Amino acid sequence: MSIGKSSTPLGQVRGLGSARSGGGHWLEERLISVAVTLLSVWFIASLLWLPSLDQRTLIEWLRSPIGAVPMALFVVLSFAHGLDGLKVVVDDYVHDEGNHAAANIVLTFAAVGGAAFALFALAKIAFGAAA
Amino acid sequence: MLVSILHRVTGGALTVAGLALLTWWLIAIAAGPEAYARFAVVATSPLGLIVLIGLTWAFFQHFFSGLRHLVMDVGAGFELATNKRMAIGTIVAALIFTVLTWAYLLGAFA
Repeated sequence: MSIGKSSTPLGQVRGLGSARSGGGHWLEERLISVAVTLLSVWFIASLLWLPSLDQRTLIEWLRSPIGAVPMALFVVLSFAHGLDGLKVVVDDYVHDEGNHAAANIVLTFAAVGGAAFALFALAKIAFGAAA
Repeated sequence: MLVSILHRVTGGALTVAGLALLTWWLIAIAAGPEAYARFAVVATSPLGLIVLIGLTWAFFQHFFSGLRHLVMDVGAGFELATNKRMAIGTIVAALIFTVLTWAYLLGAFA
């Protein structure tokens, strides 16, 4: 999806200007932001509402679908949102093309890797870690 | 200006420190009682509490300045007085929610 045409004909010939997919990316960032807003309220409220934060209580909570499913979404979308944010910082401050690409690769690997570890731990809890 | 910078700094801290802590927490819960006990000792140490309280503030600051950004993304709130009121509002709300959260956690309402 793209919103309008924001480069001049000369800029288009030179390959400059809009990548023509920015509008969709922008909306996707906002969609994830709204989702993380709701999920983070759920996360904080849950920590405050749980009778205790000892391991047994947490396992019981994360074994139930109403604990495990939002937590999985919270993990995935928090990492996605954090990656979105750090990429904006890289766009703003890393101007060398090579460094820009390298920084984005490192950040993407770290975010996907971190999310995978967190999801593995959650799955282990949800599907039967010893209480 | 200040709130915009705070949004970035708190977002960076939440991504790096906050998500690392969330991941460690889940791994510790999954790894068993000893691992979770080690996590709990570190988390409730003076330094651990400072980090957790700092992250709580960073979360609420980022949460409220993020809501402000969503409002501005739909084209609202650009009048100078409104904009300034919203910016200051995010700082005040973040401090109030951080204090209330920790007052509750440390048993002030018990």
